[in-house]
Amino acid sequence: MKLGRQEVQDQTNCELAEVPENPEMLDVRVWRGTQQGEWQHFSVPKRDNQTILDVVTWIQRHIDPGLSYRFACRVGMCGSCAMTVTGRPRWTCRTHVAQVLSEGVLEIGPLRNLPVIKDLAVDMAPFFEKWRDAGGHFEGAKTRHDPPAQVSPNSANREEADLGIECINCGVCNAACEVVRWNGRYLGPAALNRAWTLEVDERDQSTETRHQGIWGEAGAFNCHSHGNCTVHCPVGLDPARSIAGLKRRALGRSGKGGGT
Amino acid sequence: MNELTLFRLQRFSAALLAPMVLIHLGLILFAMRQGLSAEAILDRTQGSIFWALFYGLFVVAAAVHAPIGLRSVLREMTPWHGRSLDLAMVLFGFLLFILGLRAVIGVVVP
Repeated sequence: MKLGRQEVQDQTNCELAEVPENPEMLDVRVWRGTQQGEWQHFSVPKRDNQTILDVVTWIQRHIDPGLSYRFACRVGMCGSCAMTVTGRPRWTCRTHVAQVLSEGVLEIGPLRNLPVIKDLAVDMAPFFEKWRDAGGHFEGAKTRHDPPAQVSPNSANREEADLGIECINCGVCNAACEVVRWNGRYLGPAALNRAWTLEVDERDQSTETRHQGIWGEAGAFNCHSHGNCTVHCPVGLDPARSIAGLKRRALGRSGKGGGT
Repeated sequence: MNELTLFRLQRFSAALLAPMVLIHLGLILFAMRQGLSAEAILDRTQGSIFWALFYGLFVVAAAVHAPIGLRSVLREMTPWHGRSLDLAMVLFGFLLFILGLRAVIGVVVP
């Protein structure tokens, strides 16, 4: 049976099928435009179990197909769908409307501290350029012909690296960081957290290159230890701890994280 | 001087200044509570190698610490960057050192 466009949408978007006849409506404000633009109001059916990403998707599919945003996995793994929701950077696929409605009007905007391409989609290129500038690439000394390195999971360095390696590159910490906001050159918490996980990786050999970045003009010394990165990280990482570790290493200490 | 060296200098000077400021404040409170006159204070400090070294080190640490911190503040809060700022901060540090040294000499040299 060939389905019409609306029927295909209904099947692929299971939320729609469950909307009651006269649902309570959400008043949603969505940013439209680039750096310059305006807030646009939308009325979206409220559901018991509904994420911010569901709301944005509903608007695009049922009201304005021109609304631009980015997502991929919908389950909190890819880091694509981060936006500013009621003033805070969040991962929208795992943020439920019920969590944020109590904080006032549902307002959805693009991530801060990155150029806006259109509407809710930001250009992530500067974000990843900072990863590069912080020496965020692994450079091993071994070849594929060598036996794999034996690293004890209980070693201090490995335990420290484990605390920071689950970053999903969503850019939430970068958007939450006040220092990034007033100094666009600062490498930021995500890039420095990545650098820290390599700094404590005993297999990595690219330390000299990395040190030029992390201890340079745009590096870890710019951090004010506000901790916004840690508070907002959706996967519970602690970039502030990682940056503190980099500072300690700069003083010639072992650099185990924590403190300032 | 690179950022790493400046960071280390600022942290080490801060580590020196923290206890020294406390001792200095304690000294002021002691002098006030004892009702010591300026003459009585100078009697104790003039010719004292201990106080000469203590306040000499204090002045050096402050002259190193303050310009580095001020440089960071100015770089964050104003568009001023680069060599002109670095030079201005070197001069500021030198000024602090000269003024501080004059005060130390005035207190410890008989």
